[in-house]
Amino acid sequence: MTGVIGCGVVLASFVLSIMVFLQVKDGHSQVVDYFNFINVGDLKISFAFQLDQLSSLFLLIITGVGFLIHVYSISYMQEENPGQFGRYFSFLNLFIFSMLLLVMGANYVIMFIGWEGVGLCSYLLIGYWFKNNEFNKAANKAFIMNRIGDLAFLIALFWLIAKIGTVSYSEVFSATNLARLKSSDITIITLLLFTGAAGKSAQIPLYTWLPDAMAGPTPVSALIHAATMVTAGIYMIARSNALYSLSQISMNVVAITGLATAILAATIALKQNDIKKVLAYSTVSQLGYMFLALGVGAYSAGVFHVMTHAFFKALLFLAAGSVIHAMGGEQDIRKMGGLSKKIKITYITFLIGCIAIAGIPPFSGFFSKDAILLAVFEHNKILYVIALLGALLTAFYMFRLLFIVFTGAFRGTDEQKDHTHESPGAMTIPMIILAILSVLGGLVGIPEVFMHGGDKLTAFLAPVIPLQAGEIVSHNTELILMAISSLLVIGVVVFAWFLFRKTRFSESKGLGKVLENKWYVDELYEKIFVKPLNKLGAFFNSVFERSVIDDLVNGVGRLVNYGSRQLRLLQSGQVGSYVLLMVVSMVLIFILQFFIRK
Amino acid sequence: MNLLLLIGLPVLTALAVLLSRNKQQVKWISLLGSLAQLGLAIALLFAFRQERAANNTAQMLFEQHYKLFAALNINFHIGVDGISVAMVLLTSFVVMAGVLVSWNIEKMTKEFYFLLILLALGAYGFFISLDLFILFFFLEISVIPKYLLIGIWGSGRKEYSANKLALMLMGGSALILVGILGLYFTAGHSFDLLSLSKTNIPGNIQHIIFPFLFIGFGVFTALFPFHTWVPDGHSSAPTAGSMFLAGISMKLGGYGCLRVATYLLPEGAKEYANIIIILSAIAILYGAFATMMQKDLKYINAYSSVSHVGFSLLGIGMLTQTAITGALLQMVSHGLMTALFFAVIGMIYDRTHTRMVAEMGGLMKVMPFISTVFFIVGLCSLGLPGLSGFVAEITVFMGSWQVDDTFHRIATIIAAMSIVVTAVYILRAIGQTVMGPVKNENFLQLKDATWNEKWAAIILVAGIVAIGVAPGWLNNLLRPAAQVIMDRISGK
Repeated sequence: MTGVIGCGVVLASFVLSIMVFLQVKDGHSQVVDYFNFINVGDLKISFAFQLDQLSSLFLLIITGVGFLIHVYSISYMQEENPGQFGRYFSFLNLFIFSMLLLVMGANYVIMFIGWEGVGLCSYLLIGYWFKNNEFNKAANKAFIMNRIGDLAFLIALFWLIAKIGTVSYSEVFSATNLARLKSSDITIITLLLFTGAAGKSAQIPLYTWLPDAMAGPTPVSALIHAATMVTAGIYMIARSNALYSLSQISMNVVAITGLATAILAATIALKQNDIKKVLAYSTVSQLGYMFLALGVGAYSAGVFHVMTHAFFKALLFLAAGSVIHAMGGEQDIRKMGGLSKKIKITYITFLIGCIAIAGIPPFSGFFSKDAILLAVFEHNKILYVIALLGALLTAFYMFRLLFIVFTGAFRGTDEQKDHTHESPGAMTIPMIILAILSVLGGLVGIPEVFMHGGDKLTAFLAPVIPLQAGEIVSHNTELILMAISSLLVIGVVVFAWFLFRKTRFSESKGLGKVLENKWYVDELYEKIFVKPLNKLGAFFNSVFERSVIDDLVNGVGRLVNYGSRQLRLLQSGQVGSYVLLMVVSMVLIFILQFFIRK
Repeated sequence: MNLLLLIGLPVLTALAVLLSRNKQQVKWISLLGSLAQLGLAIALLFAFRQERAANNTAQMLFEQHYKLFAALNINFHIGVDGISVAMVLLTSFVVMAGVLVSWNIEKMTKEFYFLLILLALGAYGFFISLDLFILFFFLEISVIPKYLLIGIWGSGRKEYSANKLALMLMGGSALILVGILGLYFTAGHSFDLLSLSKTNIPGNIQHIIFPFLFIGFGVFTALFPFHTWVPDGHSSAPTAGSMFLAGISMKLGGYGCLRVATYLLPEGAKEYANIIIILSAIAILYGAFATMMQKDLKYINAYSSVSHVGFSLLGIGMLTQTAITGALLQMVSHGLMTALFFAVIGMIYDRTHTRMVAEMGGLMKVMPFISTVFFIVGLCSLGLPGLSGFVAEITVFMGSWQVDDTFHRIATIIAAMSIVVTAVYILRAIGQTVMGPVKNENFLQLKDATWNEKWAAIILVAGIVAIGVAPGWLNNLLRPAAQVIMDRISGK
C-alpha cells in the first residue's frame, strides 16, 4: 500500500508533466505567481513557478525516471519492515518534490529552496540505513560539501539583489537589467553560481561526496545520480545562460573544470572494485562532460546529455542493484563473474547501458556525446582531443566492469552461486523500459548531417536557450569526427574484452595504487581542511574561551573579592588603629589644602 | 485592547499558584494561566492588525499612561508596536511550552512554577514598557528568578553558574541604569521612550551614553565577549530555565539594544556600528567553531545560541531597514527554535540521564517523536528553507549586503560562512544522537514523549513552520516598526 501511494503520486506528477509539456510545446510558457514569500524594503520575492521549455523537459525527466525508480524500489526494499518502508518512500517523494520545486521556481530563491531540499533528502537517504557511522559520515559529507556550494550560491543571490534588486528570471535576464550589470559583476556572480553548481553536481573541488553517497540504498543512488540532485547544477547554468554568455572568463572556468573533472573521475573509475563506486565515478565524469558542453556555449547539448544520461545511468544503477540483489548484497566485483547466464535480463540491460554510455551509435549516448564533442571541436581543438580521450576512458572502464561482472568464471561463495537468481518483474520491467529509452532516447537530437531538422531538442529549447551562431564545421569534417570517435571507442571495447575476459586480480602498484585510492584527494582534504578547522575549533574552545575570556570574567570576580578582603582589614574593631587612621587622614587633608591654596 | 491584562494575568496566576494546595493544582493553574496568556497574545496580534488595517498609524497602539511619581517624572506608560507584539507572542509561546515540559518537576513544585511565571511577567512587562524606568524595573524582575531557578533546580556546577549568570547580568543592568540616568539628565528629565525619541540629544553625549546601554543590554543577549554566562548558565539550568533564558531572556537584551540604545541614540549607533558588526561577526563564526568542539548537548545549543544571536546584533549594526527587520525576525525565530532545542534536550536527558553526545546513538528507533523534533529543530538551526531560521538569516544577509562597501561585505561573508560550520556541528550532533545504531542496551526500554512534552514540541514547531513557510505576516508586523527606527537613524 505504501508503495502504491508512493509510486502513484509520482505517476500523477508524470502525467501532469506530460500535459505541461504538451502545453509548452504549443508555445504556452507561463509564470504562475502564488504569494509574496519574502518582502523586505523594495525587494519582493514571490513564490512563483515558471513553466517553460527547459523546466518542462526537466519535469519529464524527473518524474518519468523517478517513477520507474519508485516502482523498482517497491521490490528492492521489500525486506524492510513496514515502518521503515514508509519512511523510505516519504523521503523518496520528498526528494522528487524538492527537485520539482527547484526546476519550477520562477526565481533564484525558490530554486534555492528546492536546492536545499534536495540536499536534505540526499542526506536523509544516504544515511537511511542507520547501520554504522560510516554511512552517517557519508551523509554528513554530502550535506556539508553541498553547503559550501550553497554558501557561494547565496552570496551570488545577494550580489544580484544588491546590483539589480531582483532575483526572478524574467527580470534578471531582461536586456535592461543585463545592461545594468558591469562585466566584473557578471563574472563574479556567474563564478559564484558555478561554485554552487559544482557542489550539487559534484565537480572539482567539491566532488568527493558523490562516490561516498553510495552508502544509501541502490535505487536512491539511481535517483541521485540520474534523475535528480546532480542535474541541478546543469539546470542552474542552463537556466542562467543569458548571464554566462556574457562572461567569457566564467565560461572558460566552467569548461575547464568540467573537462578536468571528467578526466580525473574517469581515471579513478578505472581501478575501482565496488560496482557502485565505478558507476559513481562515471557519473562524476559524465557530469564533467555536461559542464564542458555548457562552458563552450552548447547549452542544449549539455541538457541533451542530462536527458540521455538520466536514462542510461538510471538503468545502470538499477541493473547494478539487480546484480547486488542477486548476489545477496555483494558489491565487490572481484567476487562476481560469469553472471551473464544466470541473470540474463540484467545482463542485457546492463550491456545496453554500457553501449549507450560508451557512445556507440546508434544508442542514445552517442548522439548527446557527439553533440558535445562537436561543440568542443568548434571551440578548441586541444580540449576536443582531451575530451575524446576521456570518452575512450569511459568506454574502457564501463566495459571492464561489464566483463568482470558478467563474463569469466564465478568467483563468489558456493552459497551465493546457488542463490543467484533473476530479480522480480517490478525490478526488471523498469530496467527494460529504461533500456529502451537508452537505445532510442538519442533520436530527439539527430545531427543535421543525418537528417534535416533532426535536432528537435535544440529547436524545442530555443525560446529559453537561444541558438548559438558560431563557426560551423562542414558536414564532412563532422562525419569524419564521428567515425573516428566511434571506431576508437569500439577499439577500446575490444581491448577491454581481451584484457578482462579472464580476470586475475593482483595488488596494484604505482599509478594503479594511486588511482585505486582516488588520487588521495580525500586524505588531502582531511589534512588541509578538516584537521586544521577542527584544531581551530579546539583552540577557540579550550584555549580562548576557557583561558582568556573565562579567566577575565572570573578575574573580575576575584579582583572584587580581593579588594573587599583588603578593605575589610581596615575595619579591625581596634580603637587604636581607627585613631591612627584618623590622625593620618587629618594630616593628609591639611597637606592637600595647603597645596591647593597655593 | 487593554494592555494591563498582559501583565495582570501573570500576576493573578502567580498569586493563585502561591495559594494553591497541592502540586496538581499548581500545575493546572500554571497551564491554564499560560494558555490564557497565549490566547491573549494572539488576540493582541489580531487587535493590532485590525487597528493597523483601519489606518491607525500611531507609532504605538493601545497606549496607557499613569503617573507613578510626578516629582521625578516617572510614569507608568505602556503601549505596543509591531515589534512588541511579536515579542509578546514569542514569550507566550515559550512560556506555554516551558510550563508543559516542567510537568514532572517534583522538587518544590510551587516555588518553581511561581518563579517561572514571575520571569514571564518580567518579560511581558519589559516588552510593552514605554517608560525607561518601568522597563528597567521589569528587566530586573526577570533576573532574580533565573538565579534561583539555576541555583535550586539546576544540575552540575550550579552554584558557580548561577553566580556567574546573576553577576554578569547584574553588571549589565548596572551599565543600563547608568545609561538610562545619563539619558534622563541630558534630555530634559524624562524617562519616556516616545518623548526621548523626539528630543535631539547632542552627538557627543550620545557617544558617551550609547556604549553603556548597548553593552548593558548586550550582556543579556550574549554580545561577544560578554557571552560566557550563556554556556555555563544553560548547562546548569533546569530545562524550562534554559528555555526561558535563551528563548526570552536573551531577547530582552536584543530588544533593548534596538529599542533603547539604537533608537534613542542614533548618532551613537552610527559611531559604534562598525564595532558592533565586528563583534557580532566574530560571535557568529567563533560561536559556531566553539560549538563544533562541544560534547554536551546543552553546551552545543548554548554556543550555537551565541552564534545565532550574533545575527540579530549583526542586523542591528548594519543599520538598514531590511537588516533590522531581519534582526527582529532572527530574535523571534531563534527564541522559538532554541526553546524547542532545550526542551528536546531536556526530554532526552530525562530518559537517558546523559547529555553526552558520544553516549547516545540510534534514538530514532527508540523515541521517534522526540528524535524527529530534534531533527526538525536542527534543520531550523542550520537554516533550511521552510523553517524560520532560513527566512531570518537570509533577510539579515540581504540587508547587510545592501551596504555597499568592502568592510560590510567582508563581515557579511564571514557571517555567512557560519552556515557551513553550523551544518557541520548540527549534523554531527544529530548523527551521533538519533541516527546510527543503539549504543546502550538500556535505551531500548525508553519511552517516547508524553502528552505534555508532545504539546510543548508541537506548539513550538508550529511557530517555526508558520514563520518559515509564510513569513509575510510577521514581516508585515515588524517592517513598519523597523522603518520608524530607521527614520530616526537616517534623521527623517
